Amino acid sequence: MATGKKTQPLEGRTDGFFDSILDDLASEDTAGLVVVGIKTRGEHLGRRLAERIKERRGAEVGFGTIDVTLYRDDFENRRNWPQLGGTSIPGDVRGKDVILVDDVLYTGRTARAAVNSIMDYGRPASVKLAVLVDRGGRELPIQPDWTGIRIETSGDEMVNVCLDEVDGREEIEIIRRDGV
Amino acid sequence: MAFSKKHILGLGGLSAGEIETVLDAAESMKEISTRDVKKVPALKGVTVVNLFFEPSTRTRASFEIAEKRLSADVLNFSASQSSVAKGESLVDTARNFEAMGAGIMVIRHGMSGAPFVLARQVGASIINAGDGFHEHPSQALTDIFTIREKKGRIEGLEVLIVGDVLHSRVARSNLFALRKLGAKVRIAGPPTIVPGHFSRLGAEIFHSLERALEGVDVVIMLRVQSERRTLEYFPSIREYSGFYGLTGEKLALAARDVMVMHPGPINRGVELTSEIADGPDAVILEQVANGIAVRMAMIYLVARGEDA
Repeated sequence: MATGKKTQPLEGRTDGFFDSILDDLASEDTAGLVVVGIKTRGEHLGRRLAERIKERRGAEVGFGTIDVTLYRDDFENRRNWPQLGGTSIPGDVRGKDVILVDDVLYTGRTARAAVNSIMDYGRPASVKLAVLVDRGGRELPIQPDWTGIRIETSGDEMVNVCLDEVDGREEIEIIRRDGV
Repeated sequence: MAFSKKHILGLGGLSAGEIETVLDAAESMKEISTRDVKKVPALKGVTVVNLFFEPSTRTRASFEIAEKRLSADVLNFSASQSSVAKGESLVDTARNFEAMGAGIMVIRHGMSGAPFVLARQVGASIINAGDGFHEHPSQALTDIFTIREKKGRIEGLEVLIVGDVLHSRVARSNLFALRKLGAKVRIAGPPTIVPGHFSRLGAEIFHSLERALEGVDVVIMLRVQSERRTLEYFPSIREYSGFYGLTGEKLALAARDVMVMHPGPINRGVELTSEIADGPDAVILEQVANGIAVRMAMIYLVARGEDA
């Protein structure tokens, strides 16, 4: 199987993405805000967003992480379920404004699972979705509230966001699997 | 590490890596019990049967809660009020449940090896919930999870198991798994129920509880199983309790931060005094709470296992 790989630099683009989120938040909004990163890359982006909000607004915001493995809808592919990563949601989400953060939005199934999962912790006032890369290809009626970068892709491509915290570099990889 | 077993029949058959995978998954599962909604949809549409051919309160309740927290459909079967009373065999009973769509069977049986027979005869995943005098993996994994949670490790710990090791499936499962994970295991009790040949399984054998307790990090007290004829192996409960019952005075010989465990149900004043059972060193109720998370992990992992 031949593969082709394209990369795009990510340097500096995450800050622009975070600032577009901040621009939409009135300063009073940050009090009831909880940022929740979807594991694994979304966790790191979420943490960066929470820090950025703190820097710019001088207020701490809640930060949690979520592992959606137990909420996936592909039960028939149980064998391929990844390892459990564990979930940690700080305090109470009841009445809070939750921002879900993920690296790549594709079919929308992970986001759907994450919304379901959040609801099991209580009833938030609102849940919004921020994704660094929207690659199209939705299979569910889910749209992000904030998007950093849009990339047109096809089903035989994989889009990976590489982050310093996990991968030691900042870039977007688009890998084509020919002959799929 | 990936977990690829279809069944969990005993800890003798799992590698150290596989045991650690179950413990790690249990950590994730434990968090679910702290949520508003203590349920995840992971096993939606999967039917689990609890086949209990022996009485059990705690283990069965714990499995049932675990299955429900994973959103499985749960069927309970107990031998006393069933087709077994009409003469049906174990395998036929299981095949009937399989025909009804059961994907996972949790079995407790008085015969050592019964879960192994089922694993060969039916297509469902089998989890051993205690077989005869052989193994009780979910209890031992619960004990080890609780130890790891408190001590942060298993390797290098001195763990003492006290009591009727001869008839205890909890003791066997613990011995197998603790040795694999690098703990040192001592066992103590009268020679009739702590036979010398257990040294071949890697345990150090003591007939004096005081000597066995010196410097241990963990003490696991086994129940005096009066229904299992344990009483025939020593003169009287009073004498047993005098020699092998855990008291505050004896416990002082152990390491300073010793933890005291018991798989339950406890016989107060026999295996240990109330002072210890309700005291700061005992983790008996933590074991019960952790048992749910561990059983969730076991069920979840066999549901996604692949080998036949």
